[in-house]
Amino acid sequence: MQPIDKLFQAEQYSIPQVKRDKLLVAELNSLTKFHYNNCPPYKNILDNLGIKVNRRRLNISDFPFIPVRLFKTQKIQSIPDSDVLKVLTSSGTTSQAVSRIALNRETSIYQVKALVQIITSFIGHKRLPMIIIDTDTIIKNKSSMNARGAGLVGLSNFGRNHLYALDENMNLKKDELTEFVNKFGNEPILIFGFTYMIWQYFYEECKKNNIKFDIPNSILIHSGGWKKLIEISVSNKVFKSSLESYFGIKRIYNFYGMVEQVGSIYMECEYGHLHTPNFAEIIIRDYHDWKVLPYGEKGIIQTLSVLPRSYPGHSLLTEDIGHVLGVDSCPCGRKGTYFLIEGRIAKAEIRGCSDTHAETVNNMELAG
Amino acid sequence: MSNLDKLHAAFVEALDVDPSGITDSYSYGDDKWDSVAHMALVVSIEAQFDIMMETDDVIDLSSVGKAKEILAKYGIIV
Repeated sequence: MQPIDKLFQAEQYSIPQVKRDKLLVAELNSLTKFHYNNCPPYKNILDNLGIKVNRRRLNISDFPFIPVRLFKTQKIQSIPDSDVLKVLTSSGTTSQAVSRIALNRETSIYQVKALVQIITSFIGHKRLPMIIIDTDTIIKNKSSMNARGAGLVGLSNFGRNHLYALDENMNLKKDELTEFVNKFGNEPILIFGFTYMIWQYFYEECKKNNIKFDIPNSILIHSGGWKKLIEISVSNKVFKSSLESYFGIKRIYNFYGMVEQVGSIYMECEYGHLHTPNFAEIIIRDYHDWKVLPYGEKGIIQTLSVLPRSYPGHSLLTEDIGHVLGVDSCPCGRKGTYFLIEGRIAKAEIRGCSDTHAETVNNMELAG
Repeated sequence: MSNLDKLHAAFVEALDVDPSGITDSYSYGDDKWDSVAHMALVVSIEAQFDIMMETDDVIDLSSVGKAKEILAKYGIIV
């Protein structure tokens, strides 16, 4: 059995760090070699940096990493075009460069399986009636599925009787929403959307229109970046307490993830800590010399994942800042590394899904 | 309508495919069966057989042959 199979076979968050680290290192050694041998631009980068690929690495911090930004500037894949099943793009606006991530069948299957294992470990295996705080027009244009659309489709596997709660102009479908809650409100409802959109188009709209539901058994999952909300002074804490006091929703989970490593998502636990799943790890590095920082110190986040088999995205330097809180010791009981995100590095070009949307709207308003 | 007919009807309705193309090997990723259509397919199959699949089965549903195996778990022999 390959190390990746062991990581999939074990229950999520059940493997103590020392053991998990060994499995990840073994898998990352072979992945680094595979991508080096099959992706010429990746080989060039490592060769130019004088990195010896054949040296077997013993620690997870020993692997070379490339900036996520590289996927915006050139086509980087480790498979022939004929094996490309689909290309994921980041949710950039026209003014931004867009990442293009080529997936083959194997990577795509790993991504979906990983997502299912992570999410079901939080919400269970039963599909729940689901409200998606977005418009279904985003998934109808199949030729240009971006990260936002792919996120919605990926998460919709956990629900049934899906209601896309916004129309194409981002107006809340008030009547449909009320009808849905009347019909399913006695059971847990799964609500998913991008952070900013949930706040702006769901919570604020419901409040403004005096639409009130009491859905204490429901589960809300959200992602996509805090930049726009921080500008209007809405922290994660404010977000959670506002939604809880208005709708009674107690189970609210944020997650951190990126289109360059779909499937490897970092879910927030009941204590507000982000957790590394079985098949991924994060390392905090110093901005100046890229040295690994000790727990508690703020730095730039490197993410490692064993899922990318079709492009060299197994070890990436993000543009996000965070710090590690600890390992194997979160009071929620989940094993592995747990951490917090502080924001983006200054002048980072990329933004989260929900922030991009906000920006588009703002630009349109300015133009109008 | 036999269970096989019902299964074929679910695929035709959800994916708008020609019935002749619905062999056991017809798989996710093949013509017309993408991630968005997949949700429609799940809805169709559930309606045809009056069942509610678990998340893991929704994900495992990767070919017509696999659909038959999954239906067997819900007591439906195709």
